[in-house]
Amino acid sequence: MADLSIDFCGIKSPNPFWLASAPPTNSGPQVMRAFDAGWGGAVWKTLGDPITNVTSRFWAHDYGSTRMMGLNNIELITDRPLEVNLKEMYEVKKRYPKHTVIASLMVESRENWREIIKKAEDTGCDGLELNFGCPHGMCERGMGSAVGQEPKVLEEITRWVLEDAKTPVIVKLTPNTGDILEPGEAAAKAGAPALSLINTIKSLLGVDLDRFVPNPRVGGKSTNGGYCGPAVKPIALHMLAQLTRNPATKHLAISGIGGISNWRDAAEFIALGATSVQVCTAVMHYGYRIVEDMIEGLSDYLDSKGMKSVNELRGRAVPAYAEWGELDLNYNLKARINAETCIGCNLCHVACMDGAHQCILIPGRTHEEHVKAGHTHIPSSIPEVPVKAAGAIGRFVPVVDDAECVGCNLCHLVCPVPGTIAMTEVPGAIGKSETWNDRVAQGRDLNPGSLQSTLAKRGLAK
Amino acid sequence: MYQLPVLPDGRLEQRIKDYKPAYSPGEAVTEANRCLYCVDAPCVKACPTGIDIPNFIHKISTANVAGAARTILKENLLGTSCARVCPVEVLCVGACVYNAWGREPIAIGRLQRFATETAIASQGLAKLVTAKKAPTGKKVALVGAGPASVAAAGLLALEGHRAVIFEKKAVPGGLNTLGIAPYKQSANQALEEIRHVLALGDVELKAGVEVVAGAAGAGQASGESLLKDYDAVFLGLGLGPDSALGASGEQGAGVYGAVELIERIKVDPKLVLNGVKRAVVVGGGNTAIDIAHELKLLGVADVAMVYRRGEQDMSGYAHELTHARKHGVRLVEQRVVTAFTRGADGKLTGLTMARAENGKPVAGEPEALSCELVALAIGQATGTAVAKAFPGVQVEKGSVVVDPKTQRTGHPKVWSGGDCVNGGKEVVNAVQEAKLAVRDMLRALGGK
Ligand SMILES: Cc1cc2nc3c(=O)[nH]c(=O)nc-3n(C[C@H](O)[C@H](O)[C@H](O)COP(=O)(O)OP(=O)(O)OC[C@H]3O[C@@H](n4cnc5c(N)ncnc54)[C@H](O)[C@@H]3O)c2cc1C
Ligand SMILES: Cc1cc2nc3c(=O)[nH]c(=O)nc-3n(C[C@H](O)[C@H](O)[C@H](O)COP(=O)(O)O)c2cc1C
Ligand code: SF4
Ligand code: SF4
Ligand code: SF4
Repeated sequence: MADLSIDFCGIKSPNPFWLASAPPTNSGPQVMRAFDAGWGGAVWKTLGDPITNVTSRFWAHDYGSTRMMGLNNIELITDRPLEVNLKEMYEVKKRYPKHTVIASLMVESRENWREIIKKAEDTGCDGLELNFGCPHGMCERGMGSAVGQEPKVLEEITRWVLEDAKTPVIVKLTPNTGDILEPGEAAAKAGAPALSLINTIKSLLGVDLDRFVPNPRVGGKSTNGGYCGPAVKPIALHMLAQLTRNPATKHLAISGIGGISNWRDAAEFIALGATSVQVCTAVMHYGYRIVEDMIEGLSDYLDSKGMKSVNELRGRAVPAYAEWGELDLNYNLKARINAETCIGCNLCHVACMDGAHQCILIPGRTHEEHVKAGHTHIPSSIPEVPVKAAGAIGRFVPVVDDAECVGCNLCHLVCPVPGTIAMTEVPGAIGKSETWNDRVAQGRDLNPGSLQSTLAKRGLAK
Repeated sequence: MYQLPVLPDGRLEQRIKDYKPAYSPGEAVTEANRCLYCVDAPCVKACPTGIDIPNFIHKISTANVAGAARTILKENLLGTSCARVCPVEVLCVGACVYNAWGREPIAIGRLQRFATETAIASQGLAKLVTAKKAPTGKKVALVGAGPASVAAAGLLALEGHRAVIFEKKAVPGGLNTLGIAPYKQSANQALEEIRHVLALGDVELKAGVEVVAGAAGAGQASGESLLKDYDAVFLGLGLGPDSALGASGEQGAGVYGAVELIERIKVDPKLVLNGVKRAVVVGGGNTAIDIAHELKLLGVADVAMVYRRGEQDMSGYAHELTHARKHGVRLVEQRVVTAFTRGADGKLTGLTMARAENGKPVAGEPEALSCELVALAIGQATGTAVAKAFPGVQVEKGSVVVDPKTQRTGHPKVWSGGDCVNGGKEVVNAVQEAKLAVRDMLRALGGK
């Protein structure tokens, strides 16, 4: 069994699975139940000056029959008295000395920071997370993402904290910024050893079309909230990888957050350079129990790859994250349909017709019918292979016209039967590996999207 | 180590296909994603072995197939057989919350089959269950090699005990190997599972050895010797032979006991059904439906089930009857068979029936039904005579009496479970009773 324990900038944790600062870490009894279920760490619900929360607080984005693909909230930091939280943190740490407890903090003045850092560290917590990410309610008061969006302010406050803190400091970043490297580098410049990201994304979750009020509704009004859950994972992965491949930030320990629901998601964050991962929405949906599968799945996966420890996985996919100009223009794929499993729904056909390159044909049609459907290139032979699935009478397996297929993956992505459309590598048209950067270097092409190329295209270049 | 028998080709069961074929990984993930991952889930409560169903299905949805198999096998060592043979429609699937919602319930059995078959094929059973403990020096005798004893032997072996199974037949597995309808599970699939369980630890299978009360002859072992030579004994005797009607003309070629006939369909390559165009099955239980369905699938043109009461009174499952009917089995209700008719050469030509009310014949013209084969599925006798060898073990109405919490009999060294205790339930009940028995045995044997 692979070793899942981690060292996060000096913080030792039994496994990389931590709960994010949010309702699942609201109280001591909750965190203790989570540790019993297997979670390796918990970032306590953000502590700060007293606030009042509203009712209601959450709304979700459902997609098809999938509930809560994305979650939005307009909750603020903890609404429990500071002393109660501190006492419970102390108790949790005493009862679970090997588990990781991080205090999440958000206050305004230098004095307040000094005071709360001391109180938090007195509980015996393992580190501090600075909440520079909350995108609603707190930022209007000059905290949360108001700090995260201002690299200079972020750097300044981080310096204050580092002066006072005795335990490792994690700067939690907001994704509500044009370039994540700016706040990331500011934190690095201030000397922080670690980052966590992402906090939630500014969002309006939808509109109640009878009341004309966005959701979630508080009486007759609503406000923008923070979006999280499975839907935000791709955004989080991108921001994480930006930081882990950037020379000025790649030395930092990073706790990956955003849409992590299972061990595969976690493994992807770790492969892109995260040392620990944090989870909120998936636990709010299904409970602490999901960690059993996360631990077992990750451990089995590492075993299957011959990796002795989770540290061997960290960053494995970072080198392959390249710039567009470094991609091989000769690499070539064609869609291949498995006639044994196709059910004849023709979703691949319509996707390719209207959304790609008009190269999936429905056999059994006349030449005229193919033309009318919108094909411009019609192969001489269109084999009529019957769909094998039970009950499929008179339907044929669609045919991919290799001459037109650009290998975009779209049909593969829409096909409802997993494994039915495979993307198969074929020899490339150029005959040898060649990138756009090669062409630019050889003076054969211009940088795509550069001012120079735009001017050239418009005939304005000198 | 004991070599499992290799079944010869040419057996009739090989002609029958799976009716719930194995899922592909994509199909399994799609179905798993439909599961709501309920808490305090009713499906778990409906599983006699209490498998954590939401948990294993969730693991399939994340592609943690080995983890899913571990979750299943932790509660049910024979989870592979059970996935294929359990009447899920009246157990877990029947309890799924989707039923209450008027929607198709989750195909729990097929998901369980996917997880166990896939994981065991890729890494073997031993890696999916708790690690075997160091040898304890204690040994346990198990009588009968049906699912009750096989499950118990495997669990004992993992605890470091030596388990020795005595089976009177040449082919082990009891009715799980020899009785299950081929469209659910083949004899070879059942044997493959036994092969994995026997490899879990120190398990020995003595096939062709019957345990008897009184002195042992050739190919026998006495109950007394087991009590003397072993630290504990488990009785997994199953049921006895098919019951007979006692009607005239019953003795002779063409009239079979249903269980006996199913066994031959599964393992005897010499059985052929040439010349059988019409068959009659007598009975209204699951064995009756199974054999009728099997005969139909084997190409018998007309298969009639003759039952003395009405359809609503049948003990066989409605879903099984529906399925058999779909393939052409017909049901003749409110009739009792009064005699079998044979030609001058002794060959079976048919039977006569009387109309029945409340299961009893009433006056009237007898009806005739022509057929070339009859399968009697009116129940099985009990097979617990050997219990006499174990002083204190009580038998009531043919079944061994146990404390249901511990499966312990009246003899302090003897436990029992499966059909010989419960009067004939399912494989999954045999596994659960074996599990309870082993838990209590461990305590008695001083295991940790
Ligand atoms: C036709 C038929 C179809 C069935 N279909 C299903 C199904 O689809 N799903 C399901 O879950 N259940 C099914 N069952 C029930 C299931 O097979 C039994 O509940 C289960 O096999 C009971 O296990 P057991 O170990 O108690 O007994 P058995 O499986 O009967 O095994 C007992 C074993 O003990 C041996 N034995 C008995 N006495 C001695 C002795 N004195 N010495 C040595 N050996 C001895 C026997 O030869 C036998 O091998 C079916 C049963 C029948 C008859
Ligand atoms: C209801 C709710 C409350 C949250 N409160 C906090 C908070 O107090 N402090 C904080 O740093 N992040 C807070 N977050 C953000 C989460 O910690 C996390 O960064 C975000 O939800 C993304 O992770 P997920 O996709 O796993 O939910 C909150 C999120 C939610 C849904
Ligand atoms: S989830 Fe709990 S707190 Fe929230 S509305 Fe429902 S009952 Fe109330
Ligand atoms: S989308 Fe998939 S299943 Fe549907 S027709 Fe195309 S290949 Fe067949
Ligand atoms: S009851 Fe149905 S939906 Fe709920 S956990 Fe069980 S199988 Fe899944």
